[in-house]
Amino acid sequence: MFTYYLQLGLRSLKRNPMLTALMVMAIGFGVAASMITFSVFRAVSGNPIPQKSSQLFVPQIDSWGPEQNEKGDPPGALNYVDAMALMRAHQAPRMTLIYKVMLSTLPRDANSVPVSAQGFAVTADFFPMFDVPFLYGNGWSNAEDDNRVADIVLTQEFNQRVFGGANSVGKNITLSGHDYRIVGVASHWNPLPRFYDVWAEDGFDNQPDFFLLLNRALDLHTDNAGRNSCRGTITYNGWDEYLHSNCVWLMPWVELDTASDAARYRRFLEGYSADQQRAGRFGWAPNVRLRNVTEWLEYREVVPPESRISLVVAVCFFIICLVNTIGLLLAKFMRRAGEIGVRRALGATRHEIYAQYLVEAAAVGLAGGVLGLLLTVGGMSGVGLLFAPEIARLAQVDVSLVGLTFAAAIFATVAAAFYPAWRAAQVQPAWQLKSN
Amino acid sequence: MHIQPILAALRRHKAGTILIALQIALTLAIVCNALFIIHQRLAHMDEPSGVDEANLFVISNLWGAQYSTPELVERIKEDVATLRQVPGVQDVTASNQYPLEAGGSWDNFITLTPDQRVKTTDASYFTGDANFLSTLGVKLIAGRDFRPDEIQNRGMREKIISPVAIISKAMADKLFPHGDALGKTFYAMTSDPITIIGIVDVLHRADVSTWSATYYGESMVVPIRIAEPWGGYYIVRARPGQLDAAMRAAPKALYAQNRMRMIDPKDGLLSFAEVRRRAFERDRGMAILMSIICAVLLAITAAGIVGLTSFWVGQRRKQIGVRRALGATHGDILRYFMTENLLISLGGVVIGVLLTFGLNLWLVTRFTLNVLPAAYVAGGVAMLLLLGQGAVFAPALRASRVPPIEATRPV
Repeated sequence: MFTYYLQLGLRSLKRNPMLTALMVMAIGFGVAASMITFSVFRAVSGNPIPQKSSQLFVPQIDSWGPEQNEKGDPPGALNYVDAMALMRAHQAPRMTLIYKVMLSTLPRDANSVPVSAQGFAVTADFFPMFDVPFLYGNGWSNAEDDNRVADIVLTQEFNQRVFGGANSVGKNITLSGHDYRIVGVASHWNPLPRFYDVWAEDGFDNQPDFFLLLNRALDLHTDNAGRNSCRGTITYNGWDEYLHSNCVWLMPWVELDTASDAARYRRFLEGYSADQQRAGRFGWAPNVRLRNVTEWLEYREVVPPESRISLVVAVCFFIICLVNTIGLLLAKFMRRAGEIGVRRALGATRHEIYAQYLVEAAAVGLAGGVLGLLLTVGGMSGVGLLFAPEIARLAQVDVSLVGLTFAAAIFATVAAAFYPAWRAAQVQPAWQLKSN
Repeated sequence: MHIQPILAALRRHKAGTILIALQIALTLAIVCNALFIIHQRLAHMDEPSGVDEANLFVISNLWGAQYSTPELVERIKEDVATLRQVPGVQDVTASNQYPLEAGGSWDNFITLTPDQRVKTTDASYFTGDANFLSTLGVKLIAGRDFRPDEIQNRGMREKIISPVAIISKAMADKLFPHGDALGKTFYAMTSDPITIIGIVDVLHRADVSTWSATYYGESMVVPIRIAEPWGGYYIVRARPGQLDAAMRAAPKALYAQNRMRMIDPKDGLLSFAEVRRRAFERDRGMAILMSIICAVLLAITAAGIVGLTSFWVGQRRKQIGVRRALGATHGDILRYFMTENLLISLGGVVIGVLLTFGLNLWLVTRFTLNVLPAAYVAGGVAMLLLLGQGAVFAPALRASRVPPIEATRPV
């Protein structure tokens, strides 16, 4: 019966090619606009570390006070003094500090030029906390953090550029005039959005080349190449005074396995802030936050507003296309009232009429899905025009998007056909036969 | 034209009527808001930078060797001298950033007293030498330019406070609304006051973010040469018509002079046209997307009206024939369908106006967009009414050509 209805449907679609084309185009454009904007939204709003996003937290401490903080919220990073105090306190099973550095590689020979390399200064726990996979070697230990040794982990891509992909563990690399010992090469690891650094950047920039040992970077006065934010009068002169200023630039992350651990850590942050207040360093009551990865990405508004607005507008557009389709289906079905009357008179039940027209609508939906898919694939090449390149390159057509395109087109068209098909099923056979 | 019979007929086509009205309402809501977004984005993209964009380019120079602060100062002076010798180059300045740079930018809180806790405003912070204004082509409208002897060198994390600054008119007006900013002092997170020695007409901030919209156009320039180990920017002004040649020659001249530097092949050398393009990339993208959606939406709505009206015309051929036989003219039939559409459209736009403001309110609260001006809605209403009349014209014309003989034919 289904194939018979499908045949009837296809024949009916051929009978009014203009009307059919109009419906297919409305569905196609609507679904394509939604899918293109959705693919971008999906890419930027994804969970970069799903297995641990509820165990990783950013501790925030208000070191600026109510008049100078971020509208009531503590700054998004820590100053050196607070960051080091939290590290020393060892109140979380794992903790890391992160800041961005930009270094130069040596020229290969007398005729070539140096090349810049960027990465992050991090502490030992960075690698196990964020589940960094290794191609060769490993991260370094907490003891090496304490010994302030010159350890470095390269990313696979950087290792490819510098060492041609060979196992470089144990070798030395000279960056900005200082030697570092390679202890590991991380295999393709680039979570997006780059949640661990979204205070300083938008989360989709070029991926890092290396991770080096933070204490060593500090000893070498390696400047912060990321964001730095200060309040009040700037009085520091030189590196050491800078470290003791109120400027925030170190990104802290802690790993807390259970909700009670998180609650305990929050109490510790409050206690620490209260101690600072008692010591006269803070002139205000404790004001702390402890956000996990998803809360942090939301707070930092990592999803560009453009992406959200275009998704909303595209979905509204799709809805209008569906309203349009309801109207056209109604016109199409009701035009065949006479035919329906004959079928009903010959014994077709209302139910069968209903099913027949839903199948016909599904055929329209399928055609709309095909057109929508073509438009989506074509539109993807134009995404670069609509969004910033670092975001546009994340949008991809994959199996799930193809499936979703068809599902959305067919489901929406069938849903739109409910009312017109019901109206068709209500046709009174006697009326139609009489008027003929 | 009698409206009564039209309304009576519409009552028999409730579903179709409601669908057309609903479609017009939703289209109005989306199109008005999309046009408003387009307008805002275009306005953002048109923000003047105040600099001679046609002839400027920027070199981002990173050092490939480790230099001390005095060495860095010498290197920068050498580079500026080298760039000056490049054919086609008119002027050069070294700076910490440039207008419309976007990305990470340098701004300072501004206060009028040293112990003020809450900022008066926020200014984009440019460092420059005595050639900064002449290179950028910024117009000095009051006071004077920097003198070469005023330029101080500032190494990494060094506390160097300039006693003087040149500020933009927008910042001068914010700090001293009575127009007497010249000679007055302010504090830019400094312990010592900074005297305003010059005011420039327009100097766009380095950032273009929504955050800084409150401080639009507020910029300050201090006579400082930033000598940081990582590097800095050279802003170069080419002689008219020689931008491309100067851009090709400049990096070669720099590398020939000292090859321990890194000028990124992709981002290290940018014409100002490219700077502007990158700064407003997102805005352009939004404007394009919204334009496409508006155009397709209007087309689909028009096509929907054509489709449904054609169906009605087909359904009512017999009635039209009867009316024609009873003396109705072509014009009467045409006007009937035009009026019918106008009534439905009017109903649609009434709901549409409510939806438009509803959607706008949601966008305002959710995305801090501005409140939609009523003129947009009025324009949108007029556009949709015209669209409806335009779309209904062809089917209505076909209806008017139905011959009176139809009345006698069986359906």
